[in-house]
Amino acid sequence: MQILDFLNYEFTRRALIAGSFVALVCSILGVLLVLRRFSLIGDGLAHVTFGSVAIGLFLKQHPVYVSIPIVMLSSLGILKLTERARLYGDAAIGIVSSLGIAGGVLMASIAGGFNVDLFSYLFGSILAISKAEVFTSAVLSVAVLLIIFFLYNELFSTTFDEEFAKVSGINTKKINSLLVLLTGITVVLAMRVVGILLVTALLILPAVTALQIARSFRGTMAVSSVIGTGSVLIGTYLSFAMNLSTGATIVMINFIFFMAALLYRNAF
Amino acid sequence: MKILSVEGLSFRYNSAEVLSDVSFSVNVGDYIGLVGPNGSGKTTLIKIIFGLIKPQKGSIFLFGANSWNFKDWYRVGYLPQRTLFNPYFPATVKEIVSLGLFSKKESEVINKSKETMIDKAMRLMDVLDIKNKLIGELSGGQQQRVLVARAIVNEPELLILDEPTTALDPEVRENFFHILREFNQDKNVTIILVTHDIGSIGKYASRLLYLDKKVIFYGSFEEFCLSENMTDYFGEFGQHLICHRHD
Repeated sequence: MQILDFLNYEFTRRALIAGSFVALVCSILGVLLVLRRFSLIGDGLAHVTFGSVAIGLFLKQHPVYVSIPIVMLSSLGILKLTERARLYGDAAIGIVSSLGIAGGVLMASIAGGFNVDLFSYLFGSILAISKAEVFTSAVLSVAVLLIIFFLYNELFSTTFDEEFAKVSGINTKKINSLLVLLTGITVVLAMRVVGILLVTALLILPAVTALQIARSFRGTMAVSSVIGTGSVLIGTYLSFAMNLSTGATIVMINFIFFMAALLYRNAF
Repeated sequence: MKILSVEGLSFRYNSAEVLSDVSFSVNVGDYIGLVGPNGSGKTTLIKIIFGLIKPQKGSIFLFGANSWNFKDWYRVGYLPQRTLFNPYFPATVKEIVSLGLFSKKESEVINKSKETMIDKAMRLMDVLDIKNKLIGELSGGQQQRVLVARAIVNEPELLILDEPTTALDPEVRENFFHILREFNQDKNVTIILVTHDIGSIGKYASRLLYLDKKVIFYGSFEEFCLSENMTDYFGEFGQHLICHRHD
């Protein structure tokens, strides 16, 4: 199939627009999360999203709109558990993550099963994305990007050396809360692109690929953005042309980029 | 004029006493060597000064303001004891040094030109040639010099360095002490340098503050060497070793 034919369909154009925005946000946030060794928060929050999607379907409300506040609260919960309960981040993520899955399964069993709908969220359905969802994704992605742009120095300083950031007058507690809240929003948006089960890949893979080849912090964010967005564009086209699952194809393209970067780094 | 006052400071961690009724003051232009054995509370004291730890008792005044209300952090430069950063962190020397400018008032940075200030700090610490290298690609000594450049880039009035010379080889260490003395004498920067090496800092500091959970001694190196209290504390042989190391 020719690319121009592919672009003739409105639903493919919608998929590319929403996917690009979400991939851009995931790639940039991913760099901050990976460098702070907090990358599995995406996985934990994706599991919470499973529970909140189940709640949305049970209440017959749009799962994305129900999920955003629930996942944002859960992201703060993970942070508070790490700070207050003297837990390492991975244990806190494990608690919130299993709570999300258990909640989702309970909701599904109470409702007598809404398996087909729930499955579309588990594995993503970017080609079925609606106009309203494209609009929501674009607006929220731009908001997240603007926040990162205006707080770039605070985020960079806190990521590199939190103690020094504090004595520079940066409120690192607020910055940490903001980072997990933005991650929460992004995970919900990414759920439609690659599905709940593969959200982590969209956060981690572009970032770790960029870390292999970039030569500065700004450069890492730029390379990660190009890899993340490129993977969504290529993956969406290939999945459509070859009749494959879109989410899985996007993740595989991301992985190929990662392997290529690894080989390049070892070769030079 | 006092730049820092510590009054009746006490800190306990669980049941262990770390600092007990510590009081001293630092004047503008002082070069203080904060010395003491391992576990004597030096780093805890510095962290309390910067508001990173809250003491159970006592007050700290920075530039006349209570440290809890102090906002002008651009006036203070800081080098932490051990900066534990990810060795694969993808930041260049220049990017890291520029982080020190964050606390500076925006108007002052614009007036002086951010680039000029960063270049000046890198040149002083001899890291200008490696400004585009990643921090993880540098040796321990080079990394330490980059972090010192980050501490001085905002041209602070008070510079507090916690064990800055541990990763430096002897030649670089001497050079480093010289640079600090120039800062102190030519630019009137007040310096507090934490070390456990009294002999080395004694040559450069205007005053020594010997801490061992409480203030044991506060005065010049010469006074330290003549102090009978210090003879009692270290023993005659111990005091002689410290004071005549460079003879």
